[in-house]
Amino acid sequence: MDTKATEIKGKERYKAGVLKYAQMGYWDGDYEPKPTDLLALFRITPQEGVDPIEAAAAVAGESSTATWTVVWTDRLTACDQYRAKAYKVEPVPGTPGQYFCYVAYDLILFEEGSIANLTASIIGNVFSFKPLKAARLEDMRLPVAYVKTFKGPPTGIVGERERLDKFGKPLLGATTKPKLGLSGKNYGRVVYEGLRGGLDFMKDDENINSQPFMHWRDRFLYVMEAVNLASARTGEVKGHYLNITAGTMEEMYARAEFAKQLGSIVVMVDLIVGWTAIQSISNWCRANDMILHMHRAGHGTYTRQKNHGISFRVIAKWLRLAGVDHLHTGTAVGKLEGDPMTVQGYYNVCRETKNEVDLQRGIFFEQEWGDIRKVMPVASGGIHAGQMHQLLSLFGDDVVLQFGGGTIGHPMGIQAGAAANRVALEAMVLARNEGRNIDVEGPEILRAAAKWCKPLEAALDTWGNITFNYTSTDTSDFVPTASVSM
Amino acid sequence: MRITQGCFSFLPDLTDQQITAQVEYCLGKGWAIGVEYTDDPHPRNTFWEMWGMPMFDLRDAKGVMIELEECRKAFPQHYIRLNAFDNSRGTETITMSFIVNRPETEPEISMTRTEVDGRAIRYTHSIAR
Repeated sequence: MDTKATEIKGKERYKAGVLKYAQMGYWDGDYEPKPTDLLALFRITPQEGVDPIEAAAAVAGESSTATWTVVWTDRLTACDQYRAKAYKVEPVPGTPGQYFCYVAYDLILFEEGSIANLTASIIGNVFSFKPLKAARLEDMRLPVAYVKTFKGPPTGIVGERERLDKFGKPLLGATTKPKLGLSGKNYGRVVYEGLRGGLDFMKDDENINSQPFMHWRDRFLYVMEAVNLASARTGEVKGHYLNITAGTMEEMYARAEFAKQLGSIVVMVDLIVGWTAIQSISNWCRANDMILHMHRAGHGTYTRQKNHGISFRVIAKWLRLAGVDHLHTGTAVGKLEGDPMTVQGYYNVCRETKNEVDLQRGIFFEQEWGDIRKVMPVASGGIHAGQMHQLLSLFGDDVVLQFGGGTIGHPMGIQAGAAANRVALEAMVLARNEGRNIDVEGPEILRAAAKWCKPLEAALDTWGNITFNYTSTDTSDFVPTASVSM
Repeated sequence: MRITQGCFSFLPDLTDQQITAQVEYCLGKGWAIGVEYTDDPHPRNTFWEMWGMPMFDLRDAKGVMIELEECRKAFPQHYIRLNAFDNSRGTETITMSFIVNRPETEPEISMTRTEVDGRAIRYTHSIAR
């Protein structure tokens, strides 16, 4: 690596023609990031023969002021301050050809309160840049000064729990299945059975919008009958995430208004609606006392592969700023991608008031959240009652555990499926609080509860041995013993 | 009908020994315990009556159990719950809540449907005694 690459200054710097990015001032190995700088960590794979320092400088250049050639108009500006600076490059442990490259951006480069602006800068250009084979945005440090320009989650974990009047254990949910094809009345039936049986929430799936078999208004009307009836039968506040994702913002607002008119406490959008739509609907939720559930539909296209894309921890940080209350963050033990420690890192991004550096969980920067509200993580996808001890141990109390198939596919019916999950959860929380080691005694605790709870017994008999033990793609580069210069 | 509010309503009613263990867990976390009671378990009734203030300075589970026993004597046919409060920054709310006393016969909750615009319905719940 050419760590001595130096900036050319003065008249020579602005002669027409092409210079290396490092020569143009986008690399400064001595740079000390300011507390107000935005910091980004990219994993880059330079093309053969491209010096990693020059590649890092190119990333800094293309995500701030640079273009491919020298322009004299730089000299009309305080250009040195507008240049992002790559300030550290180090090889990725155990992965030849890949480098971690740290880039600092001055606060002036960003518009306040706009994730669209942030993303247009940081990921706008560089991922298609020819001298790099691949690039991945691994993590970001967002300075408090920038964080405070966002309103964040409209409700937050504390607000949500107080509205539900539910404390001290994970919330329980399920996604209505089958995803597609149910009529409004049939759909509402599934919702009622799940909530009546003991769940706190039921959920629309990401692709339930307004198809020929079920118009959205039908869905909303039957679902709210189900929610309210279940509330009457249990004495609990219940909810259903009504998916208001639609083709236009106007239509999303219309659906949101109808949900509010019917007394729903929560609405849902998919990640694919885009950053501006998310921030707009978050504002609407804040103005209308609504919990906002975010389904991360589509994220796997750019978060899963380690060499190229964006880590989900960065997406989670952006979503906390943009303002969502629930966020699907993985299960570690279920059917979808997720290394346990990497997934815990996402949970910490959602729930902590300050993130400390934690390389094993993929947290590269300290992040102060400036009292912005906490996001409730949602664990959903191929989980069942037999994993309750693992889920509680991995994720603690502030999480929504969503058992879709694990509720609706129960051999004794949906209410029994819901009750099995609820009994398993309460038994496990009770045991944990009594000081028992649930990692070890978990299966035994479940079997003991199953002795007096037939639905739990049936659930364990059906799914007790189902596991999804596949190797994760997105894992930490840092084994517990590795020491890394930070 | 069995009201299923609180942490442990799907389990058999907790014994005093089990309640003590939960209280010890809360105190170990530095949370303060409050005793609350009501005869109105409406899902939206968030403010039950306080049996005194939360016990901020109490570190012994026995003290909580004595207060609970007094409350049970005074209101044997009410719902009684224990709440734990965490006053650390960023939380500052209840962190655990569970029912520790129920009336012998629990009330029903009735739901009233008021037809409004088009097919929309307004739902209200009330306690039927």
